[in-house]
Amino acid sequence: MLEQILALLPQVIFDGLVLGFVYAMVALGYTMVYGVLELINFAHAEIFMIGAVVGVEVFRYLGPQIENGLILLLVALILAGAISGATAILVERFAYRPLRKRGTTNRLVPLVTAIGVSFVLQDLVRLIEGLWHNEFFLRMRTVEDLEGSFDLFGGAIFVQSKSLIVIVVSILMLLGLTYLVNRTKLGVAIRAVAQDLQTASLMGIDPDRIISRTFLIGGSLGGVAGVLFALQYTIITPYVGFLPGIKAFTAAVLGGIGNIPGAMLGGLVLGQLENFFGTYLPILTNGNLGTEYKDVVAFLLLVFILLVRPQGLLGQVVREKV
Amino acid sequence: MSGLSFLLSLAYLGLALWAPGALSNLFGLGALGATALLRLPPQTRILNLALLTLAFTLGLWRSGNTLGLIGLVGILVALSTLPRIPTWIRALLGLAILLISVPLAGFANTFIFELGIQIGIYAAMALGLNVVVGMAGLLDLGYAAFFAVGAYTWAIFGSPQAQNFMQGNFPLPGEYMYPFMLIAIVTTAITGLLIGLPAVRLRGDYLAIVTLGLGEVVRILANNLDHPINLTNGPQGITPVERPPIGWFEDLIGSLGIQLDATTDYQLFFYLLVLLMIGLVVLVNLNLANSRFGRAWAAIREDEIAARSMGIPLLPTKLIAFMTGAAFSGAMGVIFAAQRTFVSPESFTLLASITILAMVILGGMGSIPGAILGAATLTILNLDILKTFSEFVRTNLPQIPSQVDPAKYERLVFGLILVLMMIFRPTGLIPERRHRAEMEEE
Repeated sequence: MLEQILALLPQVIFDGLVLGFVYAMVALGYTMVYGVLELINFAHAEIFMIGAVVGVEVFRYLGPQIENGLILLLVALILAGAISGATAILVERFAYRPLRKRGTTNRLVPLVTAIGVSFVLQDLVRLIEGLWHNEFFLRMRTVEDLEGSFDLFGGAIFVQSKSLIVIVVSILMLLGLTYLVNRTKLGVAIRAVAQDLQTASLMGIDPDRIISRTFLIGGSLGGVAGVLFALQYTIITPYVGFLPGIKAFTAAVLGGIGNIPGAMLGGLVLGQLENFFGTYLPILTNGNLGTEYKDVVAFLLLVFILLVRPQGLLGQVVREKV
Repeated sequence: MSGLSFLLSLAYLGLALWAPGALSNLFGLGALGATALLRLPPQTRILNLALLTLAFTLGLWRSGNTLGLIGLVGILVALSTLPRIPTWIRALLGLAILLISVPLAGFANTFIFELGIQIGIYAAMALGLNVVVGMAGLLDLGYAAFFAVGAYTWAIFGSPQAQNFMQGNFPLPGEYMYPFMLIAIVTTAITGLLIGLPAVRLRGDYLAIVTLGLGEVVRILANNLDHPINLTNGPQGITPVERPPIGWFEDLIGSLGIQLDATTDYQLFFYLLVLLMIGLVVLVNLNLANSRFGRAWAAIREDEIAARSMGIPLLPTKLIAFMTGAAFSGAMGVIFAAQRTFVSPESFTLLASITILAMVILGGMGSIPGAILGAATLTILNLDILKTFSEFVRTNLPQIPSQVDPAKYERLVFGLILVLMMIFRPTGLIPERRHRAEMEEE
């Protein structure tokens, strides 16, 4: 049994890394919105799903026209980023902003709204896909350029080139986002709003615009992640966002919600753990516990972190204002 | 004004007599609206409501059109919300609707019993969740998990399923359902404790996410515990689940001069059983709201830190709210399993949890009539209106593709209800006094 485990280990670590980067990208969106508004934007999972659906559609319709797989992917990423970002702005404008304007202090209100939005988006996508293709179980069209693969370390790791794309794109996204938040004027404004919305607006910042931009950035990152998810895992439905969404949230909490490198780290840790348990649980228990229990592990992990270290791995303790 | 609305009600009574059906019921709903919204003297209003009750009952009895049921629900709401109606009239009319009108309608159209039972089961659960969310302010997104634990508690032992891992004579005979309701209350309260113990240490959003996660864990377990030991029979679910024998009940209604076939007998029985359960749950709820715990929950809901400084022990108080809510749901789970004779993980998804939450929010958090109204509205919407509308679209507008079938868009409707309620009326349809005061303060 031990040999079997060791033989699989490099592959498990690599696959966990790819999965982890997908979670990390989605977690960035949660963390940005939470950092600014202290709102768990449940609908982010659906923004991610919309990105994945756009990716599938681009590959379906532009695939025959565009020869080069990388360019096709680039088009898909840009379109998905734009559409997801726009959806996120609309959601903010029509669902969250009215609540903010009324100045509700009850924390349940925005959370319930977010759940409602998430349900609405799921069924809207289902409606559109149903009318368009008469189906909502979408399969990602394969493009030969992106389907290459090679072995590393004498066959110990089987690497698909699309996995490499996932890794590269998410590292680029992390770097870009870190630059944006720390070095640009918009970044300063976002941080100011996150610090204190009222004071920031006294300093000549329009909080609505900044919040809208934050949703745009978070949403487009979610959309990009969705395309890469579709590329990697190929089957997409309007309900596909739920599990990755909840896990990405777990990742964001694990890293310390509101903290950008933390979200990345949390995603990677969660990806490793999940892939580890997903592969080894059946082996360790002689097939008595199946791969399905990997989700249980993720949820229990979430509970555990929140109890032991609610501020997350890289987070800081937030003092409660009385 | 009062003469007009009286004439409207009288006209509807005539319509219900001579031409019962969807259109006359629609007219009746209009008359009900006029009675509720116009400024009428109390006597006229009471008279109108009584007339309308009679008319809706007649209409339902003669045509079985389910719009009449909506009318009856509307009358119940009017009874519980309109001012200056004496209590004995409320009680009399309410009981007449629940014990005479609905069964009469059910004999004409058994689907009305089915609707009534589903509304009842959901209403009892919404009341349970109301303790957790409405009274104690703890957002629980995994409430269907408790329902699942209750349903499986009886389903496993009330079917041959238990033979897979136990010696003995299974299924247990149907009358064991009653003790199993008590057992389910205990098992769900323990589950509530297990889920609650880590969860209620957390605040607001985090609590919501963790309960959602743990609710999913219960569903995954139900889905996968068919190996190594077959406890839940996995995704296929468990069937048939035993029902309690109702010979005594048949004799009883037989002596009242009612002869029914076996299916309708069971429907009537479960309908009355569910009504009884709701009565009990409402009593417990009322007592809890006015008890030491109720006040402690309200204090925690309004301001946790202040409550703690006043010496309210946070953890036990929250845990009790969690366990109480869970126990209600567990007892209803047993009835659900027996009524449908079938249990599968499908019924306990996140959608189910959110549906119950939507009921509580739609009705008004913390409000007992609100939770019942929320359950009635969403169940009728989902089981009846959306389905009827689908059929209407399919038969009358066949050129519209089947993908736009309204019955498939339950989530869309629930989602819109949640969003719109939060924006325009966060206190719900029938707000509770204290909640309303709280929201107005802001």
